[in-house]
Parts: sequence; C-alpha cells; structure tokens
Amino acid sequence: MELVNKDIVEKQIGNSEKSSKLKVKVKDLDFYYSDVLALEKISMNIPSNQVTALIGPSGCGKSTFLRTLNRMNDLIDGVRVEGEIIIDGKDIYKSGIDVVELRKKVGMIFQKSNPFPKSIYENVAFGLRIGGLGNKSKSELDEIVELSLKQAALWDEVKDRLEESALGLSGGQQQRLCIARALAIKPEILLMDEPASALDPISTAKIEELIHELRKNYTIVIVTHNLQQAARVSNYTAFFYLGRLIEFDKTSKIFTNPSNKQTEDYITGRFG
Amino acid sequence: MKNNIKSGEIFIWFTGMGLAVSLIMISGLLLLILLNGKDYFWPFQLNEIRLNDGRKVLGEVVKEELIPIHNLPDSLKNKGLKRTQLKIGNRDIYGFDFQWIDERNIESINYPSDAVRIERTEFGNFYGFIKELQIDDKIIKPDNPDFFDKVKQSVDKISSYRNEIKKIEKSDIGEVNYNIEKLRLEIKKIEYKHKKNEKSQKLIADLERSIETENEKYDALKHKVDSIREKANSYSIYCEDISGRPKTISLLNVIRFYKPNEMNFSDKIGFMFTKIIEFIFDEPRESNTEGGVFPAIFGTVMMVLIMSLFTVPFGVLAALYLREYAKQGTLVRLVRIAVNNLAGVPSIVFGVFGLGFFIYFIGGTIDNIFYPERLPSPTWGTGGILWASLTLSLLTMPVVIVATEEALTQIPRGMREAALALGATKWQVTRRIIIPAAMPGILTGLILAMARAAGEVAPLMITGVVKLAPTLPFDSYFPFFHLDRKFMHLGFHIYDVGFQSPNIEAALPMVFTTTLLLIIIVVLLNITAMIIRARLRKKYKTSAF
Repeated sequence: MELVNKDIVEKQIGNSEKSSKLKVKVKDLDFYYSDVLALEKISMNIPSNQVTALIGPSGCGKSTFLRTLNRMNDLIDGVRVEGEIIIDGKDIYKSGIDVVELRKKVGMIFQKSNPFPKSIYENVAFGLRIGGLGNKSKSELDEIVELSLKQAALWDEVKDRLEESALGLSGGQQQRLCIARALAIKPEILLMDEPASALDPISTAKIEELIHELRKNYTIVIVTHNLQQAARVSNYTAFFYLGRLIEFDKTSKIFTNPSNKQTEDYITGRFG
Repeated sequence: MKNNIKSGEIFIWFTGMGLAVSLIMISGLLLLILLNGKDYFWPFQLNEIRLNDGRKVLGEVVKEELIPIHNLPDSLKNKGLKRTQLKIGNRDIYGFDFQWIDERNIESINYPSDAVRIERTEFGNFYGFIKELQIDDKIIKPDNPDFFDKVKQSVDKISSYRNEIKKIEKSDIGEVNYNIEKLRLEIKKIEYKHKKNEKSQKLIADLERSIETENEKYDALKHKVDSIREKANSYSIYCEDISGRPKTISLLNVIRFYKPNEMNFSDKIGFMFTKIIEFIFDEPRESNTEGGVFPAIFGTVMMVLIMSLFTVPFGVLAALYLREYAKQGTLVRLVRIAVNNLAGVPSIVFGVFGLGFFIYFIGGTIDNIFYPERLPSPTWGTGGILWASLTLSLLTMPVVIVATEEALTQIPRGMREAALALGATKWQVTRRIIIPAAMPGILTGLILAMARAAGEVAPLMITGVVKLAPTLPFDSYFPFFHLDRKFMHLGFHIYDVGFQSPNIEAALPMVFTTTLLLIIIVVLLNITAMIIRARLRKKYKTSAF
C-alpha cells in the first residue's frame, strides 16, 4: 500500500510544477521506544517548498515521525531507528552525520511555545550566536533579527521592545517568536508540532497565514489535530494510524476522495 | 470531631502549631541573645551599697535572683528573699570581679555622682574615685573646678600616644620584622641549596649585613617607642576604691573613664555607640574578653568567601555532571545517595580529614617541594585560612550539589529541546540556557552553604583558627592575601571567650554580643545572596504560558 502511495506521489510530483522537487525521502522507517514499535515501515517522500500535514488520532506516531526528521528523538534513552531518512541525498541516521548541522537545516516549532528567558532580541539571535557569529557585525545581526521577526509577522508588534523579556509576550506572540527564532538560522525545512493547538482562534489564524507565507521559501511539515487546519494550510496530507502511514496524497484528494476506508472514516469523523 | 478529621481542619491546626513552635523557639533565642548582649554596651549606674557590718561596696548590678531555698533557714523560706550580683571590678586589688550581696545585709544604697568607671588595658575595670591627676611632678586635685576636664584631656592625649606606639609597633616594626624574616629565610635557602663556597658565603654575608641594617632600624624604632612610652608614663591618676584603698594608674593603661551616675539618657546612648564601634572595629584586649572583634569578623567573612569560591564551582559542576551528562542508573543513584548522606557526617570528621589531607598531605608536600629550607617549621603544612576554607567547602558541597540538582530538574524540557532544535550543542545548551536558568537554585544552595560555614566551629579548631592572630590574613605586603596564615573566627571566639577565658563571668556579655554579631553577619551575607537571587528569578522566571 505504501508503495502504491509512493508511486502516486512520485507521479504526481513528476507531473506538477517543477519547484516540487523531493526534499525528504523516507524509506522503510521503523522506530522503537525500547521494545515498543512506534512506527512501522514508513515510506514517504516529502516535496520541497510545500506544506505537508501529518494527521491521525492521538498516539498514532505522527509526532514521533516528525521528531525523527531532525533527530530530536535521540534525546530519549533507549530509542532505536531502522530504515533510512534521506534529506538532500544524505541519510541522516548514518554515522558521521553532524546532528548539530542537521538541526540547523531542519528547524522545529513545538506545541508549547518555549521562548528562552531572555530578551526578544536575544531569543531571535540565539541560534546565530551559538552558531558562532563568524564575521557578522552587530548591524548584520540586527538585520537578521529584524528580517526574521518580519517573516514571522511579529516585527510590528515588538519592534519597540526588543530588549524586553520574551516571557512578557502573549501566547500567540511567543509562538511566532519561536518561529522567528527558528527562521533566523535559515533552515531549509521547518517541522511544526501542533503549533497552534494551544492558541486562541485569532492567533491560530495568524499562524496559519504565516505558514502560508513561509511555504514559498521553506519545506514545511506540520502535525495537527485540527483537520480543518490541515485542509486549509497544506498541499499534501499524510494520515497515520497506529504507527503506520495509511495514506499520503494531495490534500485535496485526501479530503474529498480518499482512497482508503480508514482515512475516510477518520476524515468524516467516524473515529479518532 | 469525625467531620473535623475528615475535612482535615484539625491538621491545619497542627501545621499552624508546628510553625508557631518553631517561630517561638527562634525568636526566644534571638531575644535572649539580644537582651544579654546589649548589657555589654550599656553604662549602668554605679551602686554604692552600705552593708549592715559597716562595709561598703561599689559596682554595677549584673543580676538579681531569689536566694535558693536550700541556702536559707526554715524560718525564712518562701519569703521571696533576693540577692544581687554586683560587678565590683578592681581585679588587681580584690582578686575577683563579682560579689553576691544578700538583700538582708543591705543597709542603704546610694549613687555617688563622682564615682567613676575606668576601662583599663589590663586587670579589667576600676570602680572608685579619682583623687589626683599627676603630670610629672605637678598634682591637680579634684577641688580644681575643671579637674575632670583636665583628666579627660590627659586621657585623650595619652590615648593618642598609645595609638602612635601601636602604629609604630604594627606597621614600622612589623615591616622590619617582615624584612628580617625574609632575609633570614633567604639565607637558609642559600645554605640549603648551595654547597659552601666563596660565592654563597659572600651572598650570605651580604644578607647578614642587610639584617644588621634592619636590626639598627629596629633599635631606632624601639628607642622611639620607649621615649613615647616614657613621656606617657609621666601621666598618671591616683585613685581610691570605695573603702579608700589607694591605686595609682598610669594613663597609658587607661582606655577611657566616665561617671555613669552623672550621665543622662542621651549621654548613655552616645556612649553605647562608641562602644559598639569599638566592638566592631577594634582588636581584642585582655585575652579577648574586652575590646573589639574586628579580626574575628574579618576572618569569618574572608573564610566564608573563600569557601564559596571553591564550593560553588565544584558543586555546580558535580551537579551538572550528575544530572545532565551521566547516564541515569543505579550508579548515579548510589552517588546521589552518598552525596546526600555526606551532609550528615559530623563536621569534626571533616575537620580531621582536612587536617590529614589538606594540611599534612598537600601542605606538607608543598613545604617539601617549595620551602624545604624552612623546615622543620612548616609554611603550608600547618593550619591556615586556605585549608580551613577548603575543609568547609568540602563540608558544604553536598548542600550546593543537592540544591543545584533540584534546580536543574525544574528547568522545563521544552527549553532544552528548543535550544537543541536550533542547532546548539549540549555544552552550549548547558552554558547558555541551563546554568542561567538554574542560577536562582544555585544561589539557594550558596545561601545554605554560607549559613552553615559561618556557624561551623569544630572543623576549624584543627585546621587553622586561633584564639588571637597577630596579623590579618590580608595586608599590604605582597601577595596581599596570605592564605597560609592562621585566623580568628567569630564562632571560635564565642567558644574561646565563653568557655576558655580565665574570667568567664566578666566575659559573658561579650559572648552574647559576639553571637549576635555572628548572626547579623550570616543574615547580611544571606540577604545579599537573596537579593541577587530575586533579581535572577525575575529575569529567568519560566514562561507563564
């Protein structure tokens, strides 16, 4: 079934606009927490400069899958990964891969906004500072911070209080600050783990708008519980169930004419 | 009742009672110290008590109490008879400072206005009357209208002489001694290192000549001191005690005199402040029972600061390793239990360890390698402020480790993940996120450690504290901080004055005041740390969202 899906996607991608190159290739990925198999034989190809939504009921492995893409799962004791994840032609689980470099390339936004207890400016500049400023001057740093905040649609709200603590911002602003922080180090892929699940509708709308904007320059993978949101923001949708990838296709297809019965049941609200 | 237990109301009462008991105990202790301590500064009235048998005594009331019943005949029991303890001073005449006076023996009490209390550099206070001021051969009598002003002027003048003598002895003669000691050690070094040959002999001869010059300087200074002393000694006062026994006191031995019965309240307050300032900024006199405690304050604070310098970095590093880097498992758990239990080891055990490891082993090794010419007299292989501080930092390390670990576990996982997701290495996360966020917790550990260290006495007694240190561990000679020196400490001072001094009764107020001072210093150190912590907390408070 997965193979079928892959063929479909490759065909579709091959047919669609030429910007839709493949960014991430996942081949037969198995993931274990100690002895528990959490992901089983996942194979999917994530296209470049598109938004890919991962949907599915709680515990289906979509967040786990997301976190395998920048190896955040490494932090947990006793995890084991089999299979391949190839980003830009390199298997990220091969030995000799610099995880730090990988994470610079694959940014991540978390469900709970987690600004550092520093000023707004320092939050955005953090990634640059730890990466070593190289020969960047203060003015260049200022420029990047401003650009990132503008990209995250937060600049107008915070430009007068960059030196104030980031913890004084509202929940929605904090989440956009986290996005700006991730953007500042110029990643190629953005992973978002239910970025709007804890926000009010207005903040959610802002984040969604932002995702729409960011699609032009970034490959986005977003986990969401909110099916409407998936339908609104994504180009592709993957449906996970019990650690398996059930269906992966264009969003329009998944939501109107899913080829799998389980997908259809989930989308129409019969379970989940 | 059943309902009460169910709703837990009764337990709220228990918790309240628990708090109340602790508060009462603490405030009671502080009150006791405060009440007893203030007597040290207050100029009490001098009572002239005429006894039934015609004798008279003069002194200040120290305390009053009921006569113990078993001391009384049956007929007088339960009458509530009292007795008074009087400080009569004049140790050089009477041989003791205090006298109990039975209420039944008192005929009359009055307060002679010209009774004086003279604070002396030796033999404690003198209570009595000044009859004559002798300057050279000139004698001034109290019938002179400004007799007491003249005495006061003379006392002030001689005080300045005394300070001058002290200054010369401390700084000038101190410098000469320092130089001589240095030269002597240099000679020893040459003798130790080089075979006897012409060159070394010549060097030694040069150094010996330098010692000669220093010795000449010393003689000159000694002569100067002697002449000042001679000049000062021509001033004296002739006094009589209450029963007319004569005593001539050289003004060089008089610190100050005053007539407490003539002082009004504001005079007394002013006097109290002079005494407080003397207490804090002066050096001790009369085997520590009089004068100030400045060297002990200095030693205590310096020791606590050096201790913090060691205990915080090492404690934090250990906690970071345990919590952030070590693989959590049985071994780490065992280490953690061991660290926690280390906090319960008696402090004297740490002292013995410090003596064996730091002083004999490390200090001894340093002496063998770097100062072999000075042996057998040790340089580092004996107690000193560095070794005492190190011993205490060992003692307080568990507190810092536990507090830091606690703080590390409180840091939200999201913060670490966010930093890692931005491409930070583990060390960068630790250095830029974890440590700043754990700082308030680390400071809590420091506060607890400082409080414990400042109050600790037992381990210090064998690692470098002394009753009286001739010099502070900090002075103007390179390298300024002399960490090998022995030092004085308030806690040990309390023990020494309270239990080891020859005149314990007289020293008792001093004990309470010193205790109070020690508590104040600990509180001040802690408040400083708390202010810093509050600032950091505000800065690093975790997200409300």
